[in-house]
Amino acid sequence: MATATGPSPAVGPSFHTFISDARRDRRLVVQPRMGFSDTGAMTAGLRATRAARATTVGTITVDSYTRTGELGAVERALRDGVALNGYPLASIDPGVTRTMLGEVGHPSFPVQVRHGSAAPTKIFEALLEAGLDATEGGPVSYCLPYSRRPLHLAVAEWAHCCRRLAARREDGANPHLESFGGCMLGQLCPPGLLIAITVLEALFFRQHGIRSVSVSFAQQTNHRQDLEGVQALRALCAELLTDVDWHVVVYAYMGVYPRTPRGAREILRAAARLAHGGGAARLIVKTTAEAHRIPTIGENVEALELAAAAAADVTPQAVPDSGIRDEARQLIHAVLSMDADVGRALVSAFARGYLDVPYCIHPDNHAATTTSMDADGWLRWADVGSLPLTPDAVSSPPLLTSAGLLRALSHVQRSYDGA
Amino acid sequence: MNVYETGGTRPTALLAGPPSDAHTWNLLYLQLLMTELGWQVSNLGPCTPVRLLVAESARCAPDLVVISTVNGHGYHEGLTLIRSLRREAHLRDTPIVVGGKLGIDGPDDGSRLKRLRDAGYDDVFDGDGQVPRFQVLLDSLRHHARRQASPAPAVR
Repeated sequence: MATATGPSPAVGPSFHTFISDARRDRRLVVQPRMGFSDTGAMTAGLRATRAARATTVGTITVDSYTRTGELGAVERALRDGVALNGYPLASIDPGVTRTMLGEVGHPSFPVQVRHGSAAPTKIFEALLEAGLDATEGGPVSYCLPYSRRPLHLAVAEWAHCCRRLAARREDGANPHLESFGGCMLGQLCPPGLLIAITVLEALFFRQHGIRSVSVSFAQQTNHRQDLEGVQALRALCAELLTDVDWHVVVYAYMGVYPRTPRGAREILRAAARLAHGGGAARLIVKTTAEAHRIPTIGENVEALELAAAAAADVTPQAVPDSGIRDEARQLIHAVLSMDADVGRALVSAFARGYLDVPYCIHPDNHAATTTSMDADGWLRWADVGSLPLTPDAVSSPPLLTSAGLLRALSHVQRSYDGA
Repeated sequence: MNVYETGGTRPTALLAGPPSDAHTWNLLYLQLLMTELGWQVSNLGPCTPVRLLVAESARCAPDLVVISTVNGHGYHEGLTLIRSLRREAHLRDTPIVVGGKLGIDGPDDGSRLKRLRDAGYDDVFDGDGQVPRFQVLLDSLRHHARRQASPAPAVR
């Protein structure tokens, strides 16, 4: 498609340059989740993101029909005037997307495409054709929780997409790819496994030619554990990603969100403190509308500004080492030792249960691991399955009843709404 | 196939997220809840293709099909889905319900829910606080299934 025959997109400042400039000035970059099927609304959303009183990166979230390759359903929805839950990037004329990007000041204002697809070729082609070169996901993180595709097929397609994206380097660009691996199922996963998966995905991206990556970490249920997790992630990146540009992105809590505006703001402030205090460069925010519906542009801007202000007061914090870094390192090396090819190593690791995401229903996941949560929200392994780890000596009972699961899933909502 | 199946006695239920919905926790919660209430649940997981749902329901003849969705496409995708399911002879009379967060802008005035019912859902559970009503439905279906399963009384 366009990379071979179309006009070469203008090369501007890269995603990485923008992030490292902000980092040098100790500014946390904040970013919304945002996608509208209407181009006018999408343009307004990007503009408002840029204009927010914060250092921001724009987001185009793709709708979930496009994510699953149901382009026929996109056509029907657009024809019937049904609003989608995101921007149908692969169905909109790339010229329209380019015009929109020009109007909002891309590439000086970086824009990342967010999609959630285990089979993302069409989305990668569409974003390249529209002149974009920053996106996210990964062969594991967008396959296991989000699709039924066999893992080895997702690995093969993601390898192809990485190479397509990396080819933009020939035009002088520095395309960026973020691993979503630190957010597997969003909650109830001990941080060691999240860190291992996101670092392994970053190594997979590097193997396929990407030189600018980010690794992710989802805020969960205990602030100290999260802070230690972010710092452990940074330490392991410094060890293992020595020849690529990297940064850490933190995700504001992805589970059952506080329903009160006060609770929602407070957990977002905690996420900003986690990101900035832990040394992450970027934060994906959530809004006060999260528990109720997809947020408006205004609610997103409010969240961006609130998070930026909360981060400004934070200084780096050291926390005691409970062993998260060692656990993650053990998992990473166990997987890497299985095969020199990172993709094949990932497939073998899941087949043997060396990686096993708790509560994930995908056929290629063993689902032999379970977790438990202490009263203060600290997450532990209740059963390590075949993970190459020794189980926690002290463990609370596993979450095996609907009431227990609901209690754990609503831990954050309860603590913040009641606070 | 490697689905999360949980043991128990009849009645049986198929549980699934619609094709475009990647969310899992809603399905895990419902699976545990229904299992505790005496159902045998086959959880097909998120992003279940229509053809898999059709094939699995032909294989296990469930007493109930539960579609759970929270990605905001539930209303639009739910209509397409129920029309496909009701076209299948073996699903014409099976109770099928849908629930979760069905629109991108929160619960509506009820007209969309009526359209979902008219299209073939036996019940629709939109928004928070619907679990007690869902439990009532499960209870009544369980009694119904039990009556059907018990041997017919002798008439002579």
